[in-house]
Amino acid sequence: MAEITPKERMAIKRHHMLEQDADVRNKNFSEVNLGYTVELAKEEALRCIQCKKPLCIGGCPVSINIPAFIKKIEEGDFKSAAAILKKDNALPAVCGRVCPQEEQCEKVCTVGKKNAPVAIGYLERFAADWERENLGIQLAEKKPNSGKKVAIVGGGPAGLSCAGDLIQMGHDVTVFEALHDIGGVLIYGIPEFRLPKAIVRAEVEGLKKMGVEFRTNSVIGLTDTIDELLEEYDAIFIGVGAGLPYFLNVPGEQLNGVYSSNEYLTRVNLMKAYDFPRSDTPMFNIEGKQVAVFGGGNTAMDAVRTSLRLGAKRAMILYRRTEAEMPARIEEIKHAKEEGVEFMLLVGPIEFKGTDDGWLRSVVIQKMELGEPDASGRRRPVPIEDAIEEIPIEVAVIAIGNGSNPIISKTTPDLNVNKWGNILVDENSMKSSKKGVFAGGDIVTGGATVILAMGAGRKAAKAIDEYVRNKETW
Amino acid sequence: MHSSTIFLFHNYVVFLKPLNLKKQVCYRSKIIWINMNRIIEARFLAPDIKLFKIEAPKIALKRKAGQFIILRVHPDGERIPLTIADSDTKDGTITIIVQGVGKTTKQLNTLEAGEYIQDLVGPLGKASDIEFYGTAVSIGGGVGTAIAYPTAKALKEAGNKVISIIGGRTKELVLLEDEMKAVCDEVYPTTDDGSYGFHGFVTQKLQELINEGIKIDLVLAIGPIPMMSAVAEVTRPYGIKTIVSLNPIMIDGTGMCGGCRAIVDDKTVFVCVDGPEFDAHKVNFNILTKRNRMYLLQEKISYEHFCKLDKMVKETVSN
Ligand SMILES: Cc1cc2nc3c(=O)[nH]c(=O)nc-3n(C[C@H](O)[C@H](O)[C@H](O)COP(=O)(O)OP(=O)(O)OC[C@H]3O[C@@H](n4cnc5c(N)ncnc54)[C@H](O)[C@@H]3O)c2cc1C
Ligand SMILES: Cc1cc2nc3c(=O)[nH]c(=O)nc-3n(C[C@H](O)[C@H](O)[C@H](O)COP(=O)(O)OP(=O)(O)OC[C@H]3O[C@@H](n4cnc5c(N)ncnc54)[C@H](O)[C@@H]3O)c2cc1C
Ligand code: SF4
Ligand code: FES
Repeated sequence: MAEITPKERMAIKRHHMLEQDADVRNKNFSEVNLGYTVELAKEEALRCIQCKKPLCIGGCPVSINIPAFIKKIEEGDFKSAAAILKKDNALPAVCGRVCPQEEQCEKVCTVGKKNAPVAIGYLERFAADWERENLGIQLAEKKPNSGKKVAIVGGGPAGLSCAGDLIQMGHDVTVFEALHDIGGVLIYGIPEFRLPKAIVRAEVEGLKKMGVEFRTNSVIGLTDTIDELLEEYDAIFIGVGAGLPYFLNVPGEQLNGVYSSNEYLTRVNLMKAYDFPRSDTPMFNIEGKQVAVFGGGNTAMDAVRTSLRLGAKRAMILYRRTEAEMPARIEEIKHAKEEGVEFMLLVGPIEFKGTDDGWLRSVVIQKMELGEPDASGRRRPVPIEDAIEEIPIEVAVIAIGNGSNPIISKTTPDLNVNKWGNILVDENSMKSSKKGVFAGGDIVTGGATVILAMGAGRKAAKAIDEYVRNKETW
Repeated sequence: MHSSTIFLFHNYVVFLKPLNLKKQVCYRSKIIWINMNRIIEARFLAPDIKLFKIEAPKIALKRKAGQFIILRVHPDGERIPLTIADSDTKDGTITIIVQGVGKTTKQLNTLEAGEYIQDLVGPLGKASDIEFYGTAVSIGGGVGTAIAYPTAKALKEAGNKVISIIGGRTKELVLLEDEMKAVCDEVYPTTDDGSYGFHGFVTQKLQELINEGIKIDLVLAIGPIPMMSAVAEVTRPYGIKTIVSLNPIMIDGTGMCGGCRAIVDDKTVFVCVDGPEFDAHKVNFNILTKRNRMYLLQEKISYEHFCKLDKMVKETVSN
């Protein structure tokens, strides 16, 4: 390949990933994004100017050596590219799909100052997919057995990445998961069209091959308590996520047709209600219905796009602020719009109304305008007097976030939590107040991101390794 | 006689029996662990009501009266909640008693000893508040008697005088009379049609006991929603503490989905973690009834789908 100057590199236009057409994909559950071809990936890799001081690495929560893996893609050495990713990211095929890159690595990419930033996320996804499809999941080397046993509570990204590191370090690892399947939000929350379950399954298979034991159907706190696990295990990592849905607390929330986003997405994803009656779990018949989703995050986008795929006549996002404040990934908002989702901004629900026999028929909303900036510097939405409207709907999905589930904290009195129920840990070692117990992911931070949960799991693995080998004091 | 059944699963026609022999589920990358959830005993107590003893040593050891499990019958199955009616820590089994009312319960009731339950998780929910009250009346309607049984037994063990009213539409639906007799001081079967015991509803029998001047300190009522709400109205004027066990539709059973929410004392509760037992005088039964009708249409479709396949198998077998 002829030498190419940085200037020429920077002049190349960002390559878009192939995707299903909007009015085809909004009727199926297959993945929307189709990924880069080998050619496109190499072309896109050319756009990276291999900065001396790569800002992107600083933007990445787990400091992946981004220019190095991109270089390998440019050279066509995809296997090495994947290996570089794996050093810092246990789940690159997942993160390549769901990380908010525009807020992280791509936000600070040097190329982005003049042109669109290098498509780091797309490239990450490409390298990880290439490896899985061509070489299968690569098993890392294992250190000699340490004779130590570690219990991981929760099979989400935090737990899985902690398990992956600990098994390599030579410990016996058992993952306890409350549900009947492994993956946490990756399988029960994020839909197939954004993150195919096969990808999560492949990762779990890899861990199994490495020797991680999985115990599904184990609700820790009930099936076993943390104290009981401590009798058998040298250390415990708690990564149980943020699993307690918030409701709006407005009248009518118990009407039939009002769902929490957790229930809505769990029915469709984990329980495969979209395949009813072949799969047994039913879903409210969405066909021809009007669906309102409250919230502006990834969860809201997942729920509203799921509704379209289930045949909704009208699928709406109702959000109290404006689009600029929406926490969802930009790509999800864009995809939702292309697929036909309506956005109603600066509105807040006041009441759900229904029929006498309990079926949702409409929502009454209060229109807002932006007022003075609040403490966070964002302009606060304030109600416009008398600007009240009633919108007919048959289904409402509440996607305004999750609190922490109290099952573990209630049964483990000496585990310190804050007033929201999040487990308190030392930031560097992820140690909790209870000897031998570490924690990380959404249960510590409150609802955050996959990459942060994964990073916390790995940080904890390092500290657990030290702790079980040296039996240091707490 | 073993009954066999099939269902469609990703374009395969799958026989339920081999599928439930756990090992053969392997072709699907399912996480399988140690040999568990084996059915040790399965027998019908009444038409459509079947008792299962299942190997689940950990749950057997842990569970307390009032708690339940959630199970799935096959890899695409629904998660349904069932009360742990009894347990045996020696042989590591739990007992559940299941009334076939729809797809999943009827399919479950085709299983026999030696087969496996796909997924079984528990013990879930809060245990009953067991203490010394004095005289307690346990009222069970239909399969509700099976749900009331462990709590009645625990109340007796806590020193209470326990009177049991067992209601059924007709004689053969009066469940667990012998079991209740073994743990209660008095047992009164009642039937709607008068074919056995007291002729009338459980509420009428309860009213009779109250009229007789018996001092009742606690009423535990478990059964269909109309029965529970009727019992609440009988005891309300007397201020008798009354506990009911709610049965909303559940998914995870850990407080994660909020689907099981009910209104108690004008506040939202998640029945799977805050219950299932609540003060009957504070429960909004009206909303619970409506919410349990949410999937009526789909339940019918699912059941018909199941029956069609079941019939196909039976015809194939008889040919
Ligand atoms: C719909 C949706 C879409 C999202 N989209 C994105 C996105 O695009 N990008 C992004 O970065 N982030 C996204 N997030 C956030 C991200 O998924 C979470 O931050 C991340 O999954 C947290 O990981 P975790 O391992 O801490 O917890 P979880 O993924 O919640 O996993 C916790 C696991 O623990 C199990 N568990 C809970 N209690 C117990 C117990 N007592 N005993 C045993 N097991 C237990 C749970 O069943 C679960 O499997 C999304 C979240 C949702 C809900
Ligand atoms: C905490 C708890 C404990 C329970 N314990 C027992 C038990 O020990 N034995 C037992 O036989 N049943 C018990 N149930 C009820 C049992 O879970 C339901 O009968 C079952 O889920 C119905 O599933 P299905 O697919 O067979 O029927 P579906 O097709 O789902 O429903 C058929 C009919 O049952 C009604 N129904 C649906 N879900 C429920 C429900 N959760 N509760 C009551 N009726 C329902 C429907 O309105 C419909 O009329 C319990 C329920 C709860 C919540
Ligand atoms: S900041 Fe952008 S151009 Fe620079 S190394 Fe990172 S990805 Fe490449
Ligand atoms: S069943 Fe999901 S919260 Fe109770």
